[in-house]
Amino acid sequence: MNLDVNNWSLTLAMLLVMIALWIGYREKLGIDREIIIGVIRAVIQLFVVGYLLKYIFKVNNVFLTFAMLLIIIFNASWNAQKRSNGMTNALVISFVAILVSTGVTLGVLILSGAIKLIPSQVIPISGMIASNSMVAIGLSYRSMNTQFRDQRQSVLERLALGGSLRDASIGILRESIKTGMAPTIDSAKTVGIVSLPGMMSGLIFAGVDPVHAIKYQIMVTFMLLSATSLGSVIACYMAYRNFYNTRKQLKESASED
Amino acid sequence: MKAILELHDIGYQVAQNQILQNISLSVAAQDYITITGPSGSGKSTLLRIIASLLTATKGEILFKGQNIMEIDPIQYRRKVSYCFQQPTLFGRTVADNLDFPFQIRQVIPDVDKQKAALKVVGLPETYLNKRITELSGGEKQRVAMIRNIMYVPDVLLLDEVTVGLDEENKRIVNNLIEHFHTDHQVTILSITHDESEIKQASRLLTITKGRLEESK
Ligand SMILES: Nc1ncnc2c1ncn2[C@@H]1O[C@H](COP(=O)(O)OP(=O)(O)O)[C@@H](O)[C@H]1O
Ligand SMILES: [Mg+2]
Repeated sequence: MNLDVNNWSLTLAMLLVMIALWIGYREKLGIDREIIIGVIRAVIQLFVVGYLLKYIFKVNNVFLTFAMLLIIIFNASWNAQKRSNGMTNALVISFVAILVSTGVTLGVLILSGAIKLIPSQVIPISGMIASNSMVAIGLSYRSMNTQFRDQRQSVLERLALGGSLRDASIGILRESIKTGMAPTIDSAKTVGIVSLPGMMSGLIFAGVDPVHAIKYQIMVTFMLLSATSLGSVIACYMAYRNFYNTRKQLKESASED
Repeated sequence: MKAILELHDIGYQVAQNQILQNISLSVAAQDYITITGPSGSGKSTLLRIIASLLTATKGEILFKGQNIMEIDPIQYRRKVSYCFQQPTLFGRTVADNLDFPFQIRQVIPDVDKQKAALKVVGLPETYLNKRITELSGGEKQRVAMIRNIMYVPDVLLLDEVTVGLDEENKRIVNNLIEHFHTDHQVTILSITHDESEIKQASRLLTITKGRLEESK
């Protein structure tokens, strides 16, 4: 494969950042600091990851690969948790949800022979799965918080009638799970028509026959559906009890005790 | 008669705000207690505490001699049923609301029972499929009430359920309450501002600034 952006082209491509900075300055957006920090972080993080992956691929050690997977999953959980608005145990819940959704999805892919158990396949695929699961879970948390606030009265009515916590929350649970999965379903509908997604574009870019590339994209579509649905379901079912206290009463929010 | 509910020195405080204090009350089975008092005096809060939708910050409540903290709240609320001031119906249709009491007991909704209940509050049985958005205020209130009595509770806690209803609707709702009180031996605690309801009360309590006093 003859793919290499040389450092000189990369430096010239920095001009693109200048465009963003210039717009920010012209429009008085006050985001120049943010842009510069963002760019510096992206460059450093990617270089570190690049060398790290190179090392891990070369060593090809199972434990090292799994350690890397755990780090990916932990980072994804940390980010998902931030969108929970201070919900109790959000980190643990997110970790379990992302671990299970990534584990199951990855397991199926490996067992079916779609990908091989080698770091250069397992790690990038896990990253895609975990990050999509993370976004789905974050959306589910947001939706849950909003709904428990907006539908407070009807949750109370259901409790007063003797409904269990599940009876009182089931509508909210369903809606939150759907909200988490929605972007994946939407993009499954438009894939190839509106956008050529990353996986496929990357392969085509690298010179792979588009007909082979789309097969990978089909696999990605399937795996993201599984990852986001599992992630949302697990996170929502673990999280909704946070909105109630031990006396099965509705709390003001999911963060107090 | 043996007390069905006993409140011992109930207090409720949120941050520095003392909403209820020193509330003691013994309710005999099949009592009909009317509660009144100025708005914001803590009446709804008291009923919600009795319904175990809130937990008192002080004192204890006994239900049939047992501390309610030792009873599963879900089972307890099926026996001590709270009907909200300005209830909201949920779902899409009247049936969605009347199905709920069956669903939570894992029972297939008994349509005949639902129709009979609608009839008792003066609503035609075709209302089962009516959208909740098409109901008037009085109709909503009546549907909300029959949700509470689809399975007859031991105690019915009524929070200003006749407020805003016209005389006709008030009469229907009060007849329904009376029916459950006399024919099904349901104990009633009812908050009201209605002059005639207060006048007819057999036992009247007044709450003022979070304190309870017996008026008759
Ligand atoms: N969760 C709460 N936090 C703080 N104050 C509350 C809360 N719930 C009720 N209150 C206050 O408690 C008082 C009593 O309210 P409420 O029981 O609804 O009165 P009533 O039903 O007699 O009109 C009011 O001053 C109300 O503002
Ligand atoms: Mg009130």
